[in-house]
Amino acid sequence: MKNLSQTKNVHKGNISRALYRFTKSPLSLIGLSLVLMMVFIAIFAPFIAPYPEDAKNAVHFKDMFQPPSLKHPFGTDEVGRDVLSRVIFGSRISLMLGVIVLSIAVLIGVPLGLLAGYFGGIVETIIMRLTDIFLSIPSLVLALAVSAALGPNLRNSMIAISFSWWPWYARLAYGETLKIKEEEFVEADESLGVSRIYIALREILPNMTSSLIVKVSLDLGYAILTGASLGFLGLGAQPPTPEWGTLISLGRTHLPGMWWLSTFPGLAIFVTVLGFNLLGDGLRDFFDVEVE
Amino acid sequence: MSLYFTLRRISHMVLVLLGISILIFFLARILPGDPARLTLGPEATKEQVQNLRHQLGLDKPIYIQYYMFLKDLMRGKLGVSLITKRDVSKDLLQRFPATLELVCFAMTLAIIIGIPLGVESALHKDKFIDYFSRIFAFTGVSMPRFWLGIMLQLIFAYVLSLFPLTGRISGMPPRHITGLYILDSILTGNGRAFVDSLSHIILPATTLSLSPLAQITRLIRANMIEQLRKDYTIVSRIGGMPENLNIYKFMLKNAFMSTLTIIGLLFGWMLGNAFLVETVFSWPGIARYGVNSVLRKDFNAVIGVTLLVGFGYITVNFIVDLLYRYLDPRIRLRK
Repeated sequence: MKNLSQTKNVHKGNISRALYRFTKSPLSLIGLSLVLMMVFIAIFAPFIAPYPEDAKNAVHFKDMFQPPSLKHPFGTDEVGRDVLSRVIFGSRISLMLGVIVLSIAVLIGVPLGLLAGYFGGIVETIIMRLTDIFLSIPSLVLALAVSAALGPNLRNSMIAISFSWWPWYARLAYGETLKIKEEEFVEADESLGVSRIYIALREILPNMTSSLIVKVSLDLGYAILTGASLGFLGLGAQPPTPEWGTLISLGRTHLPGMWWLSTFPGLAIFVTVLGFNLLGDGLRDFFDVEVE
Repeated sequence: MSLYFTLRRISHMVLVLLGISILIFFLARILPGDPARLTLGPEATKEQVQNLRHQLGLDKPIYIQYYMFLKDLMRGKLGVSLITKRDVSKDLLQRFPATLELVCFAMTLAIIIGIPLGVESALHKDKFIDYFSRIFAFTGVSMPRFWLGIMLQLIFAYVLSLFPLTGRISGMPPRHITGLYILDSILTGNGRAFVDSLSHIILPATTLSLSPLAQITRLIRANMIEQLRKDYTIVSRIGGMPENLNIYKFMLKNAFMSTLTIIGLLFGWMLGNAFLVETVFSWPGIARYGVNSVLRKDFNAVIGVTLLVGFGYITVNFIVDLLYRYLDPRIRLRK
């Protein structure tokens, strides 16, 4: 027990130093601002978008295929909808997808990894072999197959991506558990006869949070990328939902003339994913953890 | 390297493959829609559908269907594709070289550019090239693959007309030897086909290689920086060993080992993203075939593609594992 409080104190001293490091790293700060900006845009989309009604089925035929101008900074699409407004509303879908997918992946993966790592034996063998099988199909391919099986829509694409994502968290939680299990405070608990469930939930789980936070922040970007990829292939959100991948796929049919239709939604994905990557990288230095 | 290790690794591989086949088979069985009905179209009568269901064994319990599926698989039969009306294994065999060529070309690009870039960044840490490669790395992994492909098409095919927009070759393909157009055209001394296929592969391969390229660069950089601090480096530098010999013969050799471990992962990443890149560039490989069969609910083809991708990924990881053990003298020479 003494050990635990000691490590906590050391940790506290580290935090202020790490925070200093984080604020001194321009790339991490850029990442943080990009992420905050996208969250802000997503929350206040109806107030920011110049033509909020264009997010759905609005039709203005006299404005169709307008190139970018002051009135429509990102141009207009095949039925005259403002592309900027649609891209702004698209941020809601992508961010929501990222958050939901990772919540499911963490909720399935972490308990399984914890179980396998802490209890070992046959439980470990079954869970980790299952993880191996899932990980031996590239996640995009697995998500593709699952969302095809369930039928193409936004909800199913989220289920499909989570389905291919949880093994990474099972593996992370498993590895962390094996490491933490060897720590003295866990051994102390065990020798005192503290229940195994208590140790797993109150000692081991809290000690892997920093690795989890870093992994989640890095993965949010990739989950958004995967969601947009499924949308692009026609297996995610369906029109007229202004999902970024779907917008790019629809805009592609009007190349090269209407280049703005595909270019701007893609830039939005790029900026969002870049933000999460920079932030995740900064957090990795901040918490000083190794995450694959 | 022991025979024991190799055998254990192979048995593990077979188990995982079996697991994949079960996973995918059951997954594909949840596919909404009746494969028999889809084959025959809406005009067919109920009896015709029933007959075909019986013929395909779709009326049997699911574990028997899986057993039959596994038996066919052992004989290399994957069932008939609903779209092409041919055996899926034939379709895959015909399209596989295109994907193999694309992925191998992209991987080669990523390695031959990524390694020197990583080495230079490490040698000039915190200088311009290091910042450039860092920004390049973040950009590379954050760009949506399909969007990058479209942008390259827009710039290099539509506007500048430097490269063809889609496809694998415009003229006659070279005489079939391996099915890899670039290799075949070299082997048959067919200069026209060589230039033709090379100009077609540049854009899709660039699209596919950017993210792995970025990751290899960062990894080589990190490892080279570590090697620069090692005692052996300092000693040989003080001793006046030629710098290039030192860098490329000793340090890079050590730095490359860690890169080798992620090359397997990167292959998996490329196989997955080939589904996007092949769609954008109408590349006639298994990934585009996979996307089409997924969209049209072609049950046998989906299973076939996923199995092939899984198998390819496992095989590459197996080879990388063996190679790693062979190249690392600490493991190779241990008796």
